[in-house]
Amino acid sequence: MNSVNDRSRDIGPFVPGPDDDMLICRCEEITKGEIRKAVHDGMWTLTEIRRYLRTGMGLCQGQTCSRLVKGIVAKELGISPSELEPAASRVPMRPIEMEVFANEAPDEKEGE
Amino acid sequence: MKTTAEVVIVGGGIIGCSTAYYLAKMGVDVIVLEGSDHIGNGGSSRNGGGVRQSGRDVRELPLVMYGIRNLWPTLSEELEVDCEYHQDGNLRLGKTEKHRDILTKLADSARGAGLDVRMIDGDEVRAINPYLSDEVICASWCPTDGHANPLTTTLGFYKMARRLGVTFISGECVKELRVIKGKIRQVITPNNTYEGESVLVAAGLDSREILTSVGIDIPMTKSLLECLVTEAQPHMFDQMLGTAEADFYGHQTKHGSFVFGGSSGLERYNKDNGTPVSSSKTAPCICRGIIKYFPDLAKAKIVRTWAGWMDASSDGVPSLGKVDEIPGLYVACAFNGHGFGIAPAVGEQLAKLIVTGKTDVDLSELHYDRYKAKI
Repeated sequence: MNSVNDRSRDIGPFVPGPDDDMLICRCEEITKGEIRKAVHDGMWTLTEIRRYLRTGMGLCQGQTCSRLVKGIVAKELGISPSELEPAASRVPMRPIEMEVFANEAPDEKEGE
Repeated sequence: MKTTAEVVIVGGGIIGCSTAYYLAKMGVDVIVLEGSDHIGNGGSSRNGGGVRQSGRDVRELPLVMYGIRNLWPTLSEELEVDCEYHQDGNLRLGKTEKHRDILTKLADSARGAGLDVRMIDGDEVRAINPYLSDEVICASWCPTDGHANPLTTTLGFYKMARRLGVTFISGECVKELRVIKGKIRQVITPNNTYEGESVLVAAGLDSREILTSVGIDIPMTKSLLECLVTEAQPHMFDQMLGTAEADFYGHQTKHGSFVFGGSSGLERYNKDNGTPVSSSKTAPCICRGIIKYFPDLAKAKIVRTWAGWMDASSDGVPSLGKVDEIPGLYVACAFNGHGFGIAPAVGEQLAKLIVTGKTDVDLSELHYDRYKAKI
C-alpha cells in the first residue's frame, strides 16, 4: 500500500463499550476492548496490532479472527475495512512438528 | 500535516522510536518518518530478542552494558508495556575444541572490558540448563545477559513517544537529504519536504542510500537472517542461548513459545525479489540444529517462520554519532543483527548528544569514518 499515514490524526477518545470483554482472538485470548485500546495507543495497521497484542499469532495463525480484528480496527479508525492490508501470512500453513519439518532432506539421513 | 520540527528522525524502527522517546522526554519537538506502512517493520520486529553483552565486540560493549545497568531493568514500567525482559544469563554453546577457542577468546576480551563472563564445561552447562544434549562440551556464561520481546518493546517506545507529542508518519520513504547554508535542513520524500534543525538517519540498510545524497557513505551490505517460533510449551528455561559460530540462537518467551533464529549458509545467494523472504531450506535446517541441542523439543510444533535483513558492516559494529562534515546530521545504522538489546542505550545517548552535544558513554570507537583499507 505504502500511503502516507500521519499517526497524529485525531481519532477521538477511547470510549468503553459494553462488549469490550468479548474474546476476539480465541487462541491468544485477546478481547475486543484490548484491540480498541491498542488502536488508541497508535497501532493503526493489522501488522502492528498483531505484534503488539499477539492477535492471530496462536495455533490458527489468524485464520479465525483476522476478519473480526480488521472490522474492529477499521471502525475505531473511522475507515473502511478494505483500506486495511491484512497482516502477512507466514510459512508453514499448518503447525508442523520439528522432527517432521527437519526431515525435508531424507537422503542425507539414510547415510547416518 | 506537520512538516517542521527541531529534530527529524528518518526511520521508525526501535532506534528511531527510542531516540524520539528520549528526545520528547527532554522537551524536544520531533517528527519520525517511517518508509514502510508499519512502525518497527525491519530488524526491530524480526530479531531473536537477545539483550546480550557477551559475544559482542569490545567497541560496543560499554554502550550495551550501560543500557543493561541503567535502562532495561525499568523499561516495562517506563513504557507501560510488558517488554518481557528476563535477566537470567546467556549460554553461548560450543560442541568442538574449535568452538572452545572461539568462545574463550571472546570471553577473555569481554572480561578485559569489565564484563562478568566465564567459560564453563559441559556438566556446568547442563546444571544451568538440563535440557541441553551431551553434544555440548562447553559454553561461555554471562549471568547478566538476557532477552526481551522486540515487538512490544519497539511498539512501546513508539506508543510513549507518540503520547509525549512526537509526530509519526508512516509510508514516507525518504529519498534525499538537503544541506542549506552549510547545515542539514531538509528531508525529502516523494510526497513532502520536511525541515529540521537536526536530522538523525536511523533507517537500517536504507541509511546508506539516504546518506549518499549528502556525500556520506557508510559501507554496509545486507545479510538475511531467518527465525521460527513454536507453539506454547510448558516452561523449560529462562536463559538466552547462542552458539560459538553464531549459527543458532534463541529463548523461550513468556508466552511459552520458543523463538529460534538461524541460517542455512545459502543466504548470500538466495533469490529474494526485493523483500526478505523465508527460504524453504532454512527452517528445516534450523530444526535439525535445535533437535541436536534440545532432543526434548523434537515434537514441538513450528507455527510460523519469518526472515529479515541485517545491515552488516565490515567490522561487525554500528556507525553511531555526529557527522563531522555536516552540522546537525547524526547517524545510527549498521547494527549487524544485534541492534535490539543495545537500542534503549543508543536512543538515550543519541538524544543526549543531539540536545547537549555530549554523551555519558564514549562513542568515538563507533565513528562512521573509521573504515580504512587493509594496507
